[in-house]
Amino acid sequence: MNKMFLILQREFLSRVKKKSFLLTTILVPLLFPTIIGVVFYFIKKEDDTAKQKTVQVLDESHSLSMESLAKFKFVSVSGNLDHAKEAFKESDDFALLYIPDYDIEKPEGFRLYAKSNTHFSTINELEGKIRESVKERKLQAYKVDTEILEKLKTSIDLKSLNVSEGGEKENDAGISFIIGYATGFLIYIFMFAYGGQVMQGVIEEKSSKIVEVIVSTVKPFQLMMGKILGVAAVGLFQVIIWIVIVSTFSLIVSAIFGVDISQTSQMADAAQQASNSAETEKFMRLISSIPFTKIILTFIFYFLGGYLLYGSLFAAIGSAVDTPAEAQQFMMPIMMPLIVGIIGMSSVVNNPDGAVSFWLSIIPFTSPIIMMGRIGFGVPWWELALSMSLLIAGFIGTVWLSGRIYRVGILMHGVKVNYKTLAKWFMLKN
Amino acid sequence: METLIVSNISKRYAEHTALDNVSISISPQRIYGLLGPNGAGKTTLIRIINQIIAADEGEILINGEKLSQKHIASIGYLPEERGLYKKMKVGEQLVYLGQLRDLPRKEAIQKSKAWTKKLGIFDWWNKKIEDLSKGMAQKIQFISTVLHEPKLIILDEPFSGFDPVNANLIKDEILELREKGSTIIFSTHRMESVEELCDDIALINKSKLILSGTKVDIKNSYRSNTYIVEHKGPIKDLSAEYSIKEQVTTEYNLQKSTIQMPSEYSPNQLLSSLISNTEVHSFTEKVPSVSEIFISLVEGGSHE
Repeated sequence: MNKMFLILQREFLSRVKKKSFLLTTILVPLLFPTIIGVVFYFIKKEDDTAKQKTVQVLDESHSLSMESLAKFKFVSVSGNLDHAKEAFKESDDFALLYIPDYDIEKPEGFRLYAKSNTHFSTINELEGKIRESVKERKLQAYKVDTEILEKLKTSIDLKSLNVSEGGEKENDAGISFIIGYATGFLIYIFMFAYGGQVMQGVIEEKSSKIVEVIVSTVKPFQLMMGKILGVAAVGLFQVIIWIVIVSTFSLIVSAIFGVDISQTSQMADAAQQASNSAETEKFMRLISSIPFTKIILTFIFYFLGGYLLYGSLFAAIGSAVDTPAEAQQFMMPIMMPLIVGIIGMSSVVNNPDGAVSFWLSIIPFTSPIIMMGRIGFGVPWWELALSMSLLIAGFIGTVWLSGRIYRVGILMHGVKVNYKTLAKWFMLKN
Repeated sequence: METLIVSNISKRYAEHTALDNVSISISPQRIYGLLGPNGAGKTTLIRIINQIIAADEGEILINGEKLSQKHIASIGYLPEERGLYKKMKVGEQLVYLGQLRDLPRKEAIQKSKAWTKKLGIFDWWNKKIEDLSKGMAQKIQFISTVLHEPKLIILDEPFSGFDPVNANLIKDEILELREKGSTIIFSTHRMESVEELCDDIALINKSKLILSGTKVDIKNSYRSNTYIVEHKGPIKDLSAEYSIKEQVTTEYNLQKSTIQMPSEYSPNQLLSSLISNTEVHSFTEKVPSVSEIFISLVEGGSHE
């Protein structure tokens, strides 16, 4: 055990001390938020710089309120329509809105004159304004008390809750999907990145011929496990640094954005503020309802479990070949289940509790990816327990299998290796 | 007590037997030559002693104790297929390999420094192996083998790839280690270094031990009362007990005859009868070299 720790330590330090480690560890987490941040910054800037546009209103019904909207300012003009149009053409204003003296039972004849093609969102907004005004007049005509009507307005927020796991929690498919897909994809990348490092390390030891010196002091299994766990420690270390950097970064970002949200809500009118705060509240509640701790812990479990499962297979391949080029022929069977996992992700998204999702998240070869995809939607505890135990059993199995191939493989040089040879090595007694 | 006793070791693979009932015993402070053609089973035996692979049958005792994990600290092994971590620094590497042989870290550092100073490579302590010349890497490899002062040092083709200067340096170190109490197993194809260094010899051929003992005893047992005489003029009438095996003319215009005589005769008797016959320039006993014994046994074996 002591010597396995020595090996683990060497594997860990020799990787962590590399400049490339420092670079990827710092750059990767800064890269994505920076890109997103830059995009957000420009979108926001564009919104801020958009000026209020002036709309001239020729209101023959004398019913439209002249209160400004966020994007539009309204100026009342008088005279007949032809005059108004002429005047509008000479002005710098954005548009001319014509409201005829309409019949409230049959509101027709509204016109918007603009100097360019009008965006549908503008039409939408102005239609809304007119609709409000027509409604107002109807209420008066039907003698409905606006105050009572105001009281009838009820804001209903239907929380969608998942009760399958004992505790009730609110879920949101969109956010769960994004988090699940991102974490599943990360696991997929890590399997290849760190598994590949294990394989490369084994090939390096074999080709530099230090391996016989080492196995005369430790058991091949200890050497293999020391390497696998050493690289795992590097991966875990890197992931933890990333989590710390990303959460610090997002704290800073949300602090900046948080201030902005309060500023805009101050400017907005009372009605808007009410609906805004309901939505903001819902958003905040959803964010806080995401079980980050649970997701991070599950992520670390499936990352380690999946890595041990595939890492040991990578080690076995490394031990069997002399060069990375030779290793290619054995990569296919390892890549297949991982690719199936990534493809299976789309069916998880459509139906997180379906049969495909269930089985892919139970089978150890795909469960690290698929279970991460499902976890945000809520997974019954027994399925999670089954999947986790099978993953543990799975990696114990592959570690055992790989250990048997590895102990023979590392001492073999210049042997043409195929699956039959591997099977023979596996069967070989000590 | 014997440093190493290998008794009745056998190792079989699916298609062939690598070692068939091999037994050897090695006394303390001896240099033991393990000889045999390629594929005879030497490396298998060495790997079994190093606990890299396990024997199917038989037992190995080190200083009277059954071979186990704790003996890793008292064995030093320089394999034929050897190398170092190329990206690792000289000092780090030696300390790491020392620690794998159960040296405490502090002691490993101190001993590594002492050895690198002794072999004149201390200045390279912080250099990576890949930046070193091959000769220096070989010295480091040797240091890593003996760093933990092993009682039993196993060297598989130690001089292969060494330049003559370094080979000599290592040879002197090996002799010094023996003086200090180590026992050395020495596996090689280079017969001149066996002749020069080994006290004992074992010959393995086709997975069987076919010869073992002290070098002197073995050579003696292969003496055949044969003498080589250089002389001027023909040997006219030598009595019939002496048989002339071979006769050639040397570049100095002398005759060189190989003469065998019955074992009860003494060399003086042969010499006196030669002197009366011809003009003798030199007279030596023909003692077989290890190489000759090796070749005769291995080739003889292949005729079976």
